[in-house]
Amino acid sequence: MNPRLVILDVVARPLYVVVLLASLVVLLRGHNEPGGGFIAGLVAVTASVLWALAHGPAAAEARLPFRSPLILSAVGVALGVVSGLPALLFGDAFLTHLWGAIPLGFTELKVSTVLVFDVGVYLCVWGALAGYALSLLEADLTPADDERPEPRR
Amino acid sequence: MTAAVLPWVLAMLGAAIFLALYRLVRGPGLPDRILALDTLYVVTTALLIALGIWLDSGVYFEAAMIIALLGFVGTVAFARYLERGDVVE
Repeated sequence: MNPRLVILDVVARPLYVVVLLASLVVLLRGHNEPGGGFIAGLVAVTASVLWALAHGPAAAEARLPFRSPLILSAVGVALGVVSGLPALLFGDAFLTHLWGAIPLGFTELKVSTVLVFDVGVYLCVWGALAGYALSLLEADLTPADDERPEPRR
Repeated sequence: MTAAVLPWVLAMLGAAIFLALYRLVRGPGLPDRILALDTLYVVTTALLIALGIWLDSGVYFEAAMIIALLGFVGTVAFARYLERGDVVE
């Protein structure tokens, strides 16, 4: 394992939260403006890579939701499938999206199944690409272990 | 006032990008190139913000924020690679 870098270590902690918040902003504003699930997932992967650079890939993996990139992307795909199901109840084609508004008195909350689908894309991209990047970083660390004197088999 | 200054700001930031590109291509060593890339990220962020002010559009601020975040992580990754001193086979 690389020696710990104190500055990176300290900076990574708040920056991880900031990057994830930025990815959430991109995800949620993607409804009407540039942004959306895919690019938000990529930004979230950046946070994971940052954590992996500061604390190692294993620690970054433990910080992911569900603690596993595989389960995370599986949950994302499942959310995408679930978002397509309500259309079947109304006799429309699969993945036909529905829009609605929940009145809250002073304003109304606009909801749609598209948002569920977008969150699914977000989680799927985050899980898949974070798993990819973290295993690359893991593979990068392994040769360093070979350099240590160890008995040849 | 701002409208009068902004074209000059954009021109100078563009020139800064070309200077950073020159260092990126010619940089004798790897650290020079990494620093040039980092400078490129910073200048691009500034350029996008200036462009957003000029065009009076908020879309560019978002792009500037994302480039700033990705640029930082990219520089850290490059620096980490430099510290290890070998390439992933």
